[in-house]
Amino acid sequence: MKKTLLLSAFAAAGMAAGAASAGTLDDVKARGKLNCGTNTGLVGFAAPDANGEWQGFDVALCRAIAAAVLDDPNAIEFVSTTGKTRFTALASGEIDVLVRNTTWTFSRDADLKFEFTGVNYYDGQGFMVPKDLGVSSAKELDGATVCIQTGTTTELNLADFFRANNISYEPVPIETNAEGQQQYLAGACDVYTTDASGLAATRATFEDPDAHVLLPEIISKEPLGPLVRHGDNEWGDVVRWTLNALISAEELGITSANLASLVEAADPSTPEINRILGTEGTLGEMIGLDPDWAARAIAVGGNYGEIFAKNIGEETPIGLARGLNAQWTDGGLLYSPPFR
Amino acid sequence: MTTVTDPPRQAFQISMLWNDTRYRSYTFQAIALLLLIAAFSYLIGNLLENLRAAGLNISFEFLGQPAGYDINQRPIEYNSQSSHLRASIVGILNTLIVAFLGCITATIIGVTAGVLRLSNNWLVRKLMAVYVEAFRNVPVLIWILVIFFVMTAALPAPRAFRGETPQASMLFDAVAFTNRGVYIPKPIWETGSMVVVITFALSILGVIAYRRYTTKLLYETGKLLPRGWPTLAILFGPAVVMFFVMGQPISLEYPALKGFNFQGGVQVRGSLIALWIALSVYTGAFIAENVRAGIQAISKGQTEAAASLGLRPGRIMNLVVLPQALRVIIPPLISQYLNLTKNSSLAIAVGYMDVTGTLGGITLNQTGRAIESVLLLMLFYLTISLTISALMNVYNNAIKLKER
Repeated sequence: MKKTLLLSAFAAAGMAAGAASAGTLDDVKARGKLNCGTNTGLVGFAAPDANGEWQGFDVALCRAIAAAVLDDPNAIEFVSTTGKTRFTALASGEIDVLVRNTTWTFSRDADLKFEFTGVNYYDGQGFMVPKDLGVSSAKELDGATVCIQTGTTTELNLADFFRANNISYEPVPIETNAEGQQQYLAGACDVYTTDASGLAATRATFEDPDAHVLLPEIISKEPLGPLVRHGDNEWGDVVRWTLNALISAEELGITSANLASLVEAADPSTPEINRILGTEGTLGEMIGLDPDWAARAIAVGGNYGEIFAKNIGEETPIGLARGLNAQWTDGGLLYSPPFR
Repeated sequence: MTTVTDPPRQAFQISMLWNDTRYRSYTFQAIALLLLIAAFSYLIGNLLENLRAAGLNISFEFLGQPAGYDINQRPIEYNSQSSHLRASIVGILNTLIVAFLGCITATIIGVTAGVLRLSNNWLVRKLMAVYVEAFRNVPVLIWILVIFFVMTAALPAPRAFRGETPQASMLFDAVAFTNRGVYIPKPIWETGSMVVVITFALSILGVIAYRRYTTKLLYETGKLLPRGWPTLAILFGPAVVMFFVMGQPISLEYPALKGFNFQGGVQVRGSLIALWIALSVYTGAFIAENVRAGIQAISKGQTEAAASLGLRPGRIMNLVVLPQALRVIIPPLISQYLNLTKNSSLAIAVGYMDVTGTLGGITLNQTGRAIESVLLLMLFYLTISLTISALMNVYNNAIKLKER
């Protein structure tokens, strides 16, 4: 009995080593399910709704990938990760792709051996303070107590910002966004800092959102995007081009409303739309997917603009303006490489 | 003259390893040991091989790089430009601070509760039973969070102290209880303060000498000198006199509201208080049970014998029962101290920057060196646990029953 146990332990150790080297795309297809790493709960980006269905801006990208690869936007296992566990979860193969407001940095790319496959939200770190504090600039925060999520790039930016401006502060590290909210509302810290989008999302859930202001300073660049493991380029391409398909769809005017008619018409005067939707060329085959992969991805929640408007746009409680996240044609930074 | 002779000693032969029962067990043990070593070296080799395949090479170079983050409670000089190693040391010191404070208060609470649980007073006895059962049977993480959240919700924010008619005021204008922690006055040491401190240190020696003298006198002549008030007098009298002789060289810096926070004084952070209280009352409940078990292990005849000699109940407990009970109490007490120290790693739940929060938290995250950081953490907790064990074993040897 003991011997079999030991042997199976050896076997398992050997197997685990073997599994990690196979292609993620084949694994996902064989499994019939995409393991997507998301936030533990950040309204607008990734949070379960009243029915327990995961909803949000990051979740929509996961669903688009699942639709492109597996033709089923619900064939997803959502794995909640904290700022601390996310990289281990991805490196160990527990998740196939991490879409969790993760900032693209040099060391994460090069040292942690991950591959960022694009940017789905251009963000920057901001500060939120209660209005009655009468603070109008982050440079007036000398001596303030600042609540900050640990294990994120924000604490490094914060240290840099206060050091550069030669003002002092007291950091209060907190583990989750919910805890930070509680501390901030109880007045245990004067300031809450995280990505500006996260602040807006958090403020939207307050009883009295108008009693709190976001300070004008944005102290860092936070390009947030999906990431996969280094060295699996086929899978990286799938994630990258699914995101690009959503962005291009908005640029070219493909929406969830006109998608079906565009596929049917296959109008020869719009070759790039046809290539994306798979009615012309063999782009799908090149990344190991069906010809209509991008059409399926767009069908789930619409193009990038639709997903943005539905989850975090100005009509939602979170109320984020497009800003940097507008198409390049509208003065934003979204710029998808061409589909050809 | 003896006629019995030993059988001739046979020279050792290789075959005896197998045939001779005296050596056979050694053979098997050696084989088992070799197999065990082979198994472990295979597993470790496999681990290293897989890590290399995954592109993770074990390296501790990150410890020398700048940490880049700030820590609020810094027992030693530290800023965001200090190295990860220094951040880890700050974390280690913070762990030791809360473990040290926790062990002391847990012992006081535990011994008190344990003794009171055996009280003849029904109410006291039941109250202590409720305390022990409530705290022992709820996970310590829950207690840490409960105490922390109650503190942040119930205590006023610093801004409540502001304005013409503030909602909150400081205790004796010296101590401020806020939801960021408790601000207490800080002593300022001026020239001549050293003399007062040295006087006080000598007074402590004086107290010890006096108490030894009274014990000796009691054993030799049976004469009992008072101990309570002379102890206090020796302890504080000379220091107070010296304080005024030297022209009051020690003053207090009071915390005052300035800007966003209280400035000046010493801030005992809310996270430290919550963690300290939670660990103390939680571990105290276990210690109370150990103390009760220890006391009940002492035969009732001891108490009755002491009572028949005319000792009062307090003396019976202190002079007869507790010294014997300690022999039963100390060994489980050691493991309670170890538990408390290890449980302090839950500190991050309330944002207390212990070693799990710095080395095992932010450093691990920022550098991505998970395996190295966790190995170092294991090494630290192992070292500190074994050290506590060793110290307590020395104490245990000193008080255990000396068999002659």
